[in-house]
Amino acid sequence: MYQRLRTFLFVGPGLAWLTFFMVVPCLLVFLYSFFERGVYGGIVYDFTFENFDRAFDPLYLAILLKSAKIAGLATLIALLIAYPAAYAIARAPAQRQPVYLFLVMLPFWSNYLIRTYAWIVMLNREGLINRALLDFGLVGEALPLLYNEASVVTGLVYNYVPFVILAIYSSISRLNPEIAEASEDLGAPSYKTFLRVILPLTLPGIAAGAVFVFVLSIGNFITPDLLGGGRVQMVGNLIYDQFLEARDWPFGSALSLILIGVMMCLLFAQAVAVNRSAEGTR
Amino acid sequence: MSSRIPRRRDPAKLFLGGHLWLVYTFLYVPILVLMALSFNDLGLPTAWGGFSLKWYGELAQNDAVLRAALNTVIVAVVSTILATLLGTLLAFGVERRQRRNNTMEALLFAPMIIPDIVLAIALLSFFTALNFTLGLHSIIMSHVVFNIAFVCAVVRTRLRNFDFSIVEASIDLGAGEVTTFRRVTLPAIFPGVLAGGLLAFTLSVDEFIIAYFTAGAGQGSTTLPMQIYSMIRFGVTPEINAMATIVMLVSFTLVFISQRIDRKAISQ
Amino acid sequence: MSTDGANMLTETGADAATVIRLENITKRFGAITAVKDISLDLKENEFFALLGPSGCGKTTLLRMIAGFESLNEGRILLDGKDIAPLRPNRRPINLMFQSFALFPHMSVRANVSYGLEMEGVRGDELKSRVDRILETTQLTEYAGRKPDQLSGGQRQRVALARALVKEPRVLLLDEPLAALDKKLREHMQLELKRLQHEVGITFVVVTHDQEEALVMADRIALMRDGEVKQCASPAELYEHPNSRFVADFIGVMNFLDGEVSVEGVAVQGLGVLTGRSNGDTRTGDRACLAVRPERLTVAPATAERLTHDNVLDGTLTDIAYHGQDIGLHIAVGDNGQVLIARLSAAAEGAADFKVGDTVQVGWQTQNALILPDDSKT
Repeated sequence: MYQRLRTFLFVGPGLAWLTFFMVVPCLLVFLYSFFERGVYGGIVYDFTFENFDRAFDPLYLAILLKSAKIAGLATLIALLIAYPAAYAIARAPAQRQPVYLFLVMLPFWSNYLIRTYAWIVMLNREGLINRALLDFGLVGEALPLLYNEASVVTGLVYNYVPFVILAIYSSISRLNPEIAEASEDLGAPSYKTFLRVILPLTLPGIAAGAVFVFVLSIGNFITPDLLGGGRVQMVGNLIYDQFLEARDWPFGSALSLILIGVMMCLLFAQAVAVNRSAEGTR
Repeated sequence: MSSRIPRRRDPAKLFLGGHLWLVYTFLYVPILVLMALSFNDLGLPTAWGGFSLKWYGELAQNDAVLRAALNTVIVAVVSTILATLLGTLLAFGVERRQRRNNTMEALLFAPMIIPDIVLAIALLSFFTALNFTLGLHSIIMSHVVFNIAFVCAVVRTRLRNFDFSIVEASIDLGAGEVTTFRRVTLPAIFPGVLAGGLLAFTLSVDEFIIAYFTAGAGQGSTTLPMQIYSMIRFGVTPEINAMATIVMLVSFTLVFISQRIDRKAISQ
Repeated sequence: MSTDGANMLTETGADAATVIRLENITKRFGAITAVKDISLDLKENEFFALLGPSGCGKTTLLRMIAGFESLNEGRILLDGKDIAPLRPNRRPINLMFQSFALFPHMSVRANVSYGLEMEGVRGDELKSRVDRILETTQLTEYAGRKPDQLSGGQRQRVALARALVKEPRVLLLDEPLAALDKKLREHMQLELKRLQHEVGITFVVVTHDQEEALVMADRIALMRDGEVKQCASPAELYEHPNSRFVADFIGVMNFLDGEVSVEGVAVQGLGVLTGRSNGDTRTGDRACLAVRPERLTVAPATAERLTHDNVLDGTLTDIAYHGQDIGLHIAVGDNGQVLIARLSAAAEGAADFKVGDTVQVGWQTQNALILPDDSKT
């Protein structure tokens, strides 16, 4: 009994806060998505599916798909960059590994806005890259590197690669080194050891990294806003617009719900993939 | 006569090493460029105008920025204290139970997974529905939400590695519950609590979207990230470079310190 | 039986062919020499053990044969050809790892098939070879399971099957029984021996457990600090150790330190004691008299005087009950020397001994050894 009360006292306050300031607000969003927008931007409490219908309008659907495309591209590139880097760190001498990891994660801990801003400086017409290209005579005039989908993808990759490296690294470092040796001992050349043994066993790390990048990218607002210059509309920007400019909260809520839906599917798929990989290829 | 296995300059090793250095270059060049520019008298990448602290000077005069910085610190400190308290208690409450409650786990996990824009609009909707005036206090309340989850996660990990038998030993030696908590449990998990707190502080300082949505219209509730955002949005001025450099250096220092604490705690 | 010097190209009684010859192998790790100029012949169809305390270099030596460590000097000849330049995946030798190193994401069958697939074996041949080895190792009913669904003993059999299916010239095993619990370990010792006989391949086992080596091996190389101290059959090592280190490492041995005299070893306070000598010692050298506990005869002081070549008087300080036999700890002389005698619990009068009794301890000359003092080497 005393135990119960004690637990209640401990868990109570935190739980209450989370319920009140997270669960309830989210429920509200859920509810709003089924209501209508009032004439002056308020909420009209008429139940409707209209918002979801609208979300799948070609116009908005295109935006959803574009967001998925950009997020997917960012994920793919991040994985390609991160895996060899994580592998390199895992093969480094044991005492140096924490240092290498620290250096990889350090940029990740600085302000997201600033990291994104840095690419404005790098990519804009008077930016570093154009400067270098012009000075070395590689191009006649400055390239429009900024304010397009490519710059958004670059920004996303830049921001999330460190975490993907970390996720893949922890998978690799948890491997029993004797397993790779066993594969070699049984006659496998290095590339086969990698493809048949190491890659499958590091799938959990890859999955974790991939889901992280994709989910954060698809719902991202800052990167497309700053690096897209208004020309690249993603779901995040759309939601922002609905709430602060178009004042169509129900529609914005519906979009948020769809976003969360996508996210849940991904997390589910990740869990399945991790389970499946533990069950093996045969 | 000696024979050895030809330890060839493994081509894979060269490729991996080279790749890693390219990655480091990719990660750090933008940051270093910003820092370098902040000292450039001309302020733009077009040419080097000579070393100068001019932009830092301008920054120091910028009242809006200073106010925003102060607000950020207030928000971070208060939300960290609250979150650390609630999160630690929560961690204790949850970790001690034998049965794993899935809903609880989901609840604790959720703030870390929900896209921040969704949480931002949810909170805005919530506050508006309650006719709640927005300001620094609403930002603080919102920040506590995700901070609780992070602090709780960090402390729980600590607790999991916590050898509970030292508590039993303390009781066996005659100490009461409170004394045991004060002299045995707390010191043992303190590094975890500290690490969680530092994490919460950093997250709060850097957080933009939720603050933006829950700050309300008033001028007095602008946080630094919000200020940075408007500065970037409304025209790139070299002051931003100085701002960026300072913010980055502060983050790096904080991370460095927290790593030190962590390292020391592990070796104890 | 040559037992001295750095060259241990030993011949055994059997004229079996040599399958692997290690010639003057040396391995250095920076300033430390882990393996010092070792030469050994490993015969066809023999169960060979590399035995020694941790850090003696046995695992390094094994890994060099497998190909995971390079040599600084020397050659490794397999059927006469130097395989040292070959990578591990090119050697017809397979290694069973201490942790078993099973592929956790593959079934038992997939694990076992892996090595054959790397050789290009496919289809029916692959299936039949795998089926056969699964039968030999009694794993047929587990073929579809994953490693985490198997017990420790089963996992070990998978590791064995995986290596043996490739029919290597030699099978190397790194502390194969260390991960198993005691009961299972004893069972597996005999299982491994049986398996080796059945497949007829040379097994080379690394172990730190001398009892295990004695049970399983046909020949044992006892190593210390990178050198082979003695290489011989278990019986030979047990009955005719060539040094104090070997005598001490194998089984339990009593040591009485003293100085070599014309008739034997002069031990302070106990007089001159006799034993067999290898001829390695000269009068005046520091040496010890070594005698196995089971070679000591113990009788109460009150009983008829023992007629052995050597008889000492002492007091029982401890009695260790081991179920099937009894260990008697007897203090002899004034210098704190203790002899441990072992007698069967079923023996006459064994149950009558009590701590504090005065007793006589005796042994015959041919049952004791005089060994040089090599405690510094």
